[in-house]
Amino acid sequence: MVTVKINKNLCKGCELCIPFCPYDSLAMDDTLNAYGLQPVYFKEGHPCNGCRNCAIMCPEAAIEIVTAQ
Amino acid sequence: MKSSLHNKQLMTGNEAAAEAAIQAGCRFYYGYPITPQNEIINHMAMRMPQVGGTFIQAESEIAAINMLHGSAAAGARVMTSSSGPGISLKQEGISYLAGSELPCVIVNVQRGGPGLGDISPSQADYFQAVKGGGHGDYRMIVLAPSSVQEIADLVYDAFDLADKYRNPVMILGDAQLGQMMEPVEFYKPAKTYLPPKKWALTGADGRPKNVIKSFYPVKGELEKFNRRLQKKYRKIEETEVRYEEINTKDADLVLVAYGTCARISREVMNKASKIGYRIGLLRPITLWPFPKDALRRLSQRVRTFMVVEMSAGQMVEDVKLSILGRCPVHFYGRMGGGVPSTNEIINNILEVLPKINAADSVEMIEI
Amino acid sequence: METLYAPPKTLHRVATHYCPGCGHGIVQRLIAEIIDEWDIRGKTIGIAPVGCAVLAYNYLDIDMSEAAHGRPPAVATGIKRVHPDNIVFAYQGDGDLAAIGLAETIHTAARGENITVIFVNNAVYGMTNGQMAPTTLLDQKTTTCPEGRSADEHGSPLRICELLATIDRCSYLTRVSVTNPRNVQKTKAAIKKGFRTQMGKKGFSLIEVLSPCPVYWRMSPIDSMRFIDDEMSRTYPLGTFKDWEKEGS
Repeated sequence: MVTVKINKNLCKGCELCIPFCPYDSLAMDDTLNAYGLQPVYFKEGHPCNGCRNCAIMCPEAAIEIVTAQ
Repeated sequence: MKSSLHNKQLMTGNEAAAEAAIQAGCRFYYGYPITPQNEIINHMAMRMPQVGGTFIQAESEIAAINMLHGSAAAGARVMTSSSGPGISLKQEGISYLAGSELPCVIVNVQRGGPGLGDISPSQADYFQAVKGGGHGDYRMIVLAPSSVQEIADLVYDAFDLADKYRNPVMILGDAQLGQMMEPVEFYKPAKTYLPPKKWALTGADGRPKNVIKSFYPVKGELEKFNRRLQKKYRKIEETEVRYEEINTKDADLVLVAYGTCARISREVMNKASKIGYRIGLLRPITLWPFPKDALRRLSQRVRTFMVVEMSAGQMVEDVKLSILGRCPVHFYGRMGGGVPSTNEIINNILEVLPKINAADSVEMIEI
Repeated sequence: METLYAPPKTLHRVATHYCPGCGHGIVQRLIAEIIDEWDIRGKTIGIAPVGCAVLAYNYLDIDMSEAAHGRPPAVATGIKRVHPDNIVFAYQGDGDLAAIGLAETIHTAARGENITVIFVNNAVYGMTNGQMAPTTLLDQKTTTCPEGRSADEHGSPLRICELLATIDRCSYLTRVSVTNPRNVQKTKAAIKKGFRTQMGKKGFSLIEVLSPCPVYWRMSPIDSMRFIDDEMSRTYPLGTFKDWEKEGS
């Protein structure tokens, strides 16, 4: 099972990761981070095939992708 | 390659500057042609490959000073040279070098200005060199040779001074010194080993990264850095002043001159003594740090000073500042490439000094 | 637990000053990833420009130098001549590379210096508030062409890759973009090839990256990427203009 970890306080809410997720598993949070921006979050339980598109697009290197055993 | 130049030979001042740099372990030279210092770039083009060094004729003086920045940041001994308009182009680069605390040597062979001017000797770039032609509160050590031998000696020392203080050093010459030929001996030992510089950019293998910068955008940091630079400059002022004092005891008048004007002043002293005047000379060798203490001390027993420059009067201001009104400071200058003759200077001295004997016993010297 | 992707170690884990969606963040992350993958932190030296990326040395954990505006290729030349076995790259924006520094860009390429220039082209001067760049598109509005760039009044944009392609000692010249994951990976491959060009002493390499400036284009980051795909790449077509591997030299 693949988990997408997002560093909420590095994310600037640019939304570049969202359209490239093949499963629409990313969305904007409605809370604010330390910047005063809405960060992105990974929808719990949504699929992820580890394509890494989100991490590849992220300008802040705020995304880490791990497989949980 | 070990240089075998350890006996006297006849060389132009420009070539001597280049050769002395190589003796001092400089293996990187970046320059652009401009009269009257082309002998430097030509000599370096010939010699650098012989000693396994790097020579680049850059696309402009701006490119050259920035290549200097790179090689100095990388820890090497590096030199550039230029004149007038080219030195003006380098000013931003010099400010960056001083602000990044990078050691390097810049040879300035002054020519007539302003603008394109001419290619004759001049000393009208003193302000630019000493007061800072670039932006910001920085200082450059400025050395003023007055013979080809001294050019060789000072260029050699310049690299040590630059490394010691992590600061740019300028050799301030002029077209006459650069182009004339005199015997010169490279007696200082050729540097074969230079200690590594811990701060240099070499690739952060096994150590934290080094960053060479002059940008301090966080509030308060830039002022703190400037204070540190000022502390360094005070130390240089305390330790590195160089000057020469000749015949100043009981002098009627002391000439203050550097470079070519100092050479001419020596002959003025000789000629004047033949007509009964005792003229002394204080020759600054470091223009920054300026020998203000020496002048201040001299002004306590000497009645009159005369500053001789090939300019409208630049160093004279520093002489006046050092003496602080204690006695008159006269000035004689030639501009735009004009070089004063000994007779002109003597006539000028005679105009300002009270006559020793009755007027008819003083030989008026015609120009 | 297996890590499929972790942020590169060579990137300091700090908040950057870049705007949300700025291309600099992507490109610098790619450089850091390459340094990690090839384990070249100990031999890479970078030169930061004047421009939005001026603080790049705060984000990349390698030896770095600042340079005066436009002069990174000259500074890179100075560094590479002292350390010819290091990997030396100059990172520049459009003002730095194509306006004030154009002479250094051209002559460093002409000399065939074994350095890599990473040219982040976002068609505007971001750091100073949004003025026209040499690469600003026709009709694009900026603070110094508020009615839109007009060829008659402001001249036409400069195509740097095409300009440099006439230079013999330019060994690798390519234009890429960061508009989608595939293009981002192509940019990474291009930078890798640039580094390989200098490691093989094949000469000068330059990678032009079409990059978004959402704030001064007055668009969202996603729309900026679309703008690059639909509009910007019509003035600046993607592709490779010089490739020493294909020319067999």
